[in-house]
Amino acid sequence: MKLVRNGVAGTLESGDIMIEIRPSEKQGINVELQSTVANLFGKQIKQVITETAEQCGLENVDIIANDKGSLDCTIRARVTTAALRGSDEKFKW
Amino acid sequence: MENGRLRRTMLFVPGNNPGMIADAHIYGSDAVMFDLEDSVTLAEKDAARMLVYNALKTIDYGDIEIVVRVNPLSTEFGRDDIFAMVHAGCPVIRMPKTETAQDVIDTEKCIEEAEREAGVEIGKTKILTAIESALGIVNAYAIATASPRIIGIALGAEDYCANLKTTRSAEGTELFYARSAIVVAARAAGVDALDTVYSNVNDTEGLIAQTKLIKQLGFDGKSIINPRQIAPIHGVFAPSETDIEKALKIIGAAKEAAERGSGVASLNGKMVDKPVIMRAERVITLAKAMNLIKEEV
Repeated sequence: MKLVRNGVAGTLESGDIMIEIRPSEKQGINVELQSTVANLFGKQIKQVITETAEQCGLENVDIIANDKGSLDCTIRARVTTAALRGSDEKFKW
Repeated sequence: MENGRLRRTMLFVPGNNPGMIADAHIYGSDAVMFDLEDSVTLAEKDAARMLVYNALKTIDYGDIEIVVRVNPLSTEFGRDDIFAMVHAGCPVIRMPKTETAQDVIDTEKCIEEAEREAGVEIGKTKILTAIESALGIVNAYAIATASPRIIGIALGAEDYCANLKTTRSAEGTELFYARSAIVVAARAAGVDALDTVYSNVNDTEGLIAQTKLIKQLGFDGKSIINPRQIAPIHGVFAPSETDIEKALKIIGAAKEAAERGSGVASLNGKMVDKPVIMRAERVITLAKAMNLIKEEV
């Protein structure tokens, strides 16, 4: 999936996560995370974000995440939606 | 109670609210319905679809029945909704604004296409239709029999009343014909009849009165918009001690007659025939669901 613009998805409500993905000059998938549960789960949340971005085929992107205690399935959904909104591609179910 | 399932309460959950999607099954409703239609804004349709898709693939909802209300096929979202939900293993698709048998046939065709693509057994995904217009009510039986996938037909009263050029009243006078038409069509087709939501979550007395009415009409249950509505509705559907005692005696008499090789049983001098036994079995099922009697009875 090729990112052609910034893609944003999610909200700042409890249980959700807001994700913004931007094309980057830097190499790889660079995640910047703010989370209400960063001390406990920060590493795991970053891992889910990175894995999902890789599964979407993203390369060289900055991902800004603001987490409000989301589950893994919510993180995956919001990262994928943000990536799709930033690309011109359709998701293959 | 099609498929042997109770459907006294079906809790509506907005499809773009992760907190509610994660918690919806803990309150004890018989079914949870994730909504991709009216509770989701046009700009968030893609996000809600992706969220419910991921939730269904990940969260174990246990024995609770999971239903997803998709957007109509006539919109740009309907087909994608169906494909996503079938791929996620959604057991029941709720069709909104169903007006004709052709609407059901078109939806079934789309579901079947998605099942083939996803490698899901053909026919596994069931359909619940919502009737929300005068035309839908006139066609209720044709809709209820349009596909073997149909497990029930539901009334959507807000759109129906708008279409009828009337408003909703506390007594529900304007819904008498639609409710009766839906119950008769559902029973004739052998599927469930599900009533519309009671919108005022603070009016428990009103909710109980309306539930008594729809139970008496023959409905299997109601859609609900708040977990607080579960207990009052289940309370109305709960059989009394006398009902349970009588039902157990009827089942016992029918068993005894069957063991004697007789097709007809009697209890206290009254004939116990098939409809009486079916009603008794429903009382026992409800009583078991509410832990009013032990499972092995």
